[in-house]
Amino acid sequence: MRDLQLSLNQTQRVRLEAALHELQSLAPAAAAAAAVTVADTIPVNDEDNILKGHGTSDQDGEVVATLCGVVERVNKLVYVRTLRARYKPEVGDIIVGRVIEIAPKRWRLEINFSQDAVLMLSSMSLPDGIQRRRTAVDELNMRSIFEENDVICAEVRGFQHDGSLHLQARSQKYGKLERGQLLIVPAYLVKRRKQHFHHLERYDVDLILGCNGFIWVGEHVVVGENTDKTEVKPALSTEVENFTPLETRKHICRLANAVRVLSALGFTLTVELIIETAEASVSSNVEINAMLGAEFYVHTAEAEAKRRADLLRKKSGAR
Amino acid sequence: MRQLKGEIGVVAKADGSALFEMGNTRVIAAVYGPREVQNKGQQVNSKEALVRCEYRMAEFSTGDRRRKPKGDRRSTEISLVIRQTMEASILTHLMPRSQIDIFVQVLQADGGTRSACINAATLALADAGIPMRDIVTSCSAGYLCSTPLLDLNYIEDSAGGPDVTVGILAKMDKVTLLQMDAKLPMDTFENVMELAIEGCKAIANYIREVLLENTKRLECQRG
Repeated sequence: MRDLQLSLNQTQRVRLEAALHELQSLAPAAAAAAAVTVADTIPVNDEDNILKGHGTSDQDGEVVATLCGVVERVNKLVYVRTLRARYKPEVGDIIVGRVIEIAPKRWRLEINFSQDAVLMLSSMSLPDGIQRRRTAVDELNMRSIFEENDVICAEVRGFQHDGSLHLQARSQKYGKLERGQLLIVPAYLVKRRKQHFHHLERYDVDLILGCNGFIWVGEHVVVGENTDKTEVKPALSTEVENFTPLETRKHICRLANAVRVLSALGFTLTVELIIETAEASVSSNVEINAMLGAEFYVHTAEAEAKRRADLLRKKSGAR
Repeated sequence: MRQLKGEIGVVAKADGSALFEMGNTRVIAAVYGPREVQNKGQQVNSKEALVRCEYRMAEFSTGDRRRKPKGDRRSTEISLVIRQTMEASILTHLMPRSQIDIFVQVLQADGGTRSACINAATLALADAGIPMRDIVTSCSAGYLCSTPLLDLNYIEDSAGGPDVTVGILAKMDKVTLLQMDAKLPMDTFENVMELAIEGCKAIANYIREVLLENTKRLECQRG
């Protein structure tokens, strides 16, 4: 999803260039100045003893970047924040991943990290909701919980001694994700927030912004401790239940396309921005399939440039 | 020196990718990883990342269309050369238990494919956000009619003179690759080598420009 293959006509190209140029001029000058590439020297004061963080190394007493990114300084710490790189997990991150393998007592998940993540059976709340020791029977029934290629939402638990990444899903809000779309965007576009689960009531859609750049847009599921999950439903009724209304499916597609456009433009993905983009497509009568076209792409870039300009003006007005 | 052109982000699915042109030589590189080791048997040291490289020449890249089987000796050798050169610069100890795949494909061959591949791989690795000691660049130089030549094209290359390919770590001023396929007197070799290193530095400057521009653009759009 790096770049949509677009055929822009002359006016669209000019408009896009203008919008991108505007964005560039709006960005704080400090951000552009702090950009470094591999092997650039990072200027530091020799007097204050600094701490070298990620993406830096020491070469003949100079601090040198080992990555392309932006230099960040927090007190004494100097590090390079990467842009296009794989996901770097932090404890407590909410992530979305795909099961690739079932191993003894664990699932292996692809989460766009340099290794596969591990979800142990023991760090999973069982579907019956009872806290107990996992037995051999549970182990045999693992495939009834998650199968290969299932999409799962979980939380980063931490690193084990051997360097492998462990996940946990000890709450009802985590677990299998069904009836929706998984979108994969670069991880730097998702910022860590307080809230990563969003229920968009207007659309009856759940939006999960995984910190690892996996984004889930799916039908809203009611999460509650009291939902009677033990009740075995006859096959016929599950089939009826599997049916997602056409309206909801359209909403899912619209939001998913909004995410696609925004990630192709390289804008930070926030719920507000995604909703705004989807709304804009509705209000300007853009069909769902036309959202990935050149016209809407340019339109989104222009809207974002305008939004940021307004934000900046408001900020300077407040001052 | 022939005209250089570098473009980042040409393969959508890859973690990092780049297109690099040196005159008429045109190379595409794609980097996948760091990712889980696919073949556990290949992993020698679990504390370091495994770097793999595959070099291929497109069948249409040369004038005469010859059938080259995938495992021919020339491409295996160049794969190895590229792998070793890149491995010298990648900080493999930061990515334990993972592997990095570099795929380079020659789209158009006009001499100096080896150098172009290394330059393209550097761009792609930097795009993939893989930590590196330094930017590796490579350039070839030759000696024809008692004049040292920089960045040989196919005609110059096939004229029969010596051909020196040099790869350096641009900032640290260290040589990571040196290949020569003929004999040269010591004093002329030094001149040729000097010229090649100068070429490498020029390429390093260009690559750095491309990367910096790309980083700035991404950061500005992110907002």
